[in-house]
Amino acid sequence: MPTPESLRYKNKLYYLLLAAGGLVALAGLYAVHMMEEHGHIISGMNNQIVWGLPHVFAIFLIVAASGVLNVASIGSVFGKAVYKARAPLASLLSIAMLSGGLTVLMLDLGRPDRIIVAATNYNSTSVFAWNVVLYSGMFSLVIVYLWTMMERRMHVWSKPAGFAVFAWRFVLTTGTGLIFAFLTARQAYGSALLPPMFIVLSFAWGLAVFHLVQTTIYAWNEKTLDPAILRRKKNLLGVFVIASLYMVAVYHMTNLYFAHQVAFENFILHEGGTYTMMFWIGYVLFGNAVPLGLIYAPGLGDTRCVMMASALVVLGGFAFLYVFIIGGQAFPLNIFPGYVASSSFGDGQIAHYEPSIYEIMLGFGGLAIAFIITTVSVRVLNFMPQDKAYIAD
Amino acid sequence: MSEINNDRRQFMGKALAMAGIAIAPGVMLYDVKAGNDGKPASSKVRWGMLIDSNQCKEGCDDCVTACSTENGLSGGKKSTDSQWIRKVELKDMRSGRSLNLPMMCQHCEQPPCVDVCPTQASFKRADGIVLVDKHRCIGCRYCMMACPYKARSFVHEELHDQNPEVPRGKGTVESCTLCVHRVDRGESPACMEACAKAGHNAILFGDLNDPESEISKRIRTVATSQIRADLGLNPGIRYQGM
Ligand code: SF4
Ligand code: SF4
Repeated sequence: MPTPESLRYKNKLYYLLLAAGGLVALAGLYAVHMMEEHGHIISGMNNQIVWGLPHVFAIFLIVAASGVLNVASIGSVFGKAVYKARAPLASLLSIAMLSGGLTVLMLDLGRPDRIIVAATNYNSTSVFAWNVVLYSGMFSLVIVYLWTMMERRMHVWSKPAGFAVFAWRFVLTTGTGLIFAFLTARQAYGSALLPPMFIVLSFAWGLAVFHLVQTTIYAWNEKTLDPAILRRKKNLLGVFVIASLYMVAVYHMTNLYFAHQVAFENFILHEGGTYTMMFWIGYVLFGNAVPLGLIYAPGLGDTRCVMMASALVVLGGFAFLYVFIIGGQAFPLNIFPGYVASSSFGDGQIAHYEPSIYEIMLGFGGLAIAFIITTVSVRVLNFMPQDKAYIAD
Repeated sequence: MSEINNDRRQFMGKALAMAGIAIAPGVMLYDVKAGNDGKPASSKVRWGMLIDSNQCKEGCDDCVTACSTENGLSGGKKSTDSQWIRKVELKDMRSGRSLNLPMMCQHCEQPPCVDVCPTQASFKRADGIVLVDKHRCIGCRYCMMACPYKARSFVHEELHDQNPEVPRGKGTVESCTLCVHRVDRGESPACMEACAKAGHNAILFGDLNDPESEISKRIRTVATSQIRADLGLNPGIRYQGM
């Protein structure tokens, strides 16, 4: 039992954390205000790198928001008790991350004040416009799903709702992948592999975020996770990490196979400076190899190792997206095949990009929104996984 | 006192701007959809250009300057500055032959920028000119990602000294309009005029659908190509000497 002192201390800590989150979110809003006032000139983005750090944050949050629902799906759709007990927390995290990601995406627009135009002048051929529908649909579905789980008399509906969420999130992550897959003229994108790759990445990132939050909640409530559950969950994380590494490898290998993509791959994998470093050291080494070691190496794999592995998978995700989104634009578009091109508009040159403090503030602002939603909800409602005494499956 | 006045002015300005945003799409629609002499743009016409890279002189950028003057661009060359038209220097990797050409929006018949635009701000007129409705653009920059020719620029900062005939706006995307305001008056684009004035005559503007137009005759008689024709977008800008 927690002592009164520890309760008081926790109360204080809770408000302190909330205030810190609030401050970061406010800083994000301030950045938005500055960008509105001065224009995107104060960001690091330019006419060559048109999507920058805010998009890295936004896409991570959105992809992870879809992936974290895996935990819920395994519970609802496949009826595993351990996961079922965790479905509410997974749904909450999904809503929180989706909110954070979409806020960043929206506030980075050149004219966020016109966001409503996207709804009134809907262009049905635009993948972006589809995604607006996918995101809002997901939002509503997950809320309904949560309701069916938390309200006793709605329990009967939780399975169908779980199924709907399960299907929807596949479509949603496919939609996110398609945003890039449809950019056929760009060497880095325009590949049919992108939607499945994003789906697999979402599993790993979502589960990693889930582990981090779950471990924190358990620690906060001075409980320890049943080692049997931990073992099962960490093995799943390991499998997802291996699968995503495989998808990323296939994506780069197929690119290497197409002669016209070799120069691009050479840039990312070999000569791209920061991007190459980020890919190999940030993503492959720290985002995959080290977590796998922490999970599987004999003698490792306890709570602390899994926590560390999860944190690294998340950081690796950011590194991956940075290389994918920004590195992918930095490499010059091949407008004149067979020619060496140069111009005042960056033709034939590696584009330069350095994120500005405002973009960093905006990105972290999105994380802060997700953090605040999670922290407040976890305290107000009961999201602590309730495991049965005996776990069978 | 002056501060208060300033605040008030700013508020009034904002209120007016809001009202402007509210009514502007209607006005704009009329504006952009109109063609010659106020008549709607006709689908019988397909405006295009033929650019002869043999005539385009190395080091000359009269077309670029003329574009900036005509459309109220700063003419700056920073990576955040708008460049609707740029001079590209090319070197053939096999033969080593060098050539020069101006590059701008290719006014694709199947424009990816229009397909991806979530708000229909990017649109193609009946006469083939691809434009951005700056009152509708939300500045998502997806069209810039989708354009295979890197033809578009994003307005990164406050604008000054605008040409009232060429509406632009901070936070929106823009690109070559083929000088639609001039074309609708029966004139030719500023770049073509400047190139002719310099005596190079590398740019020819005209109606690709009219078999009797100069541009159609030239396309029938000389070898021309479209850039990245493999993408199947059928650009309205053609090149000679590539
Ligand atoms: S060149 Fe680019 S901006 Fe112009 S119509 Fe084609 S895709 Fe659109
Ligand atoms: S930036 Fe503007 S014109 Fe381009 S896709 Fe977005 S809304 Fe459409």
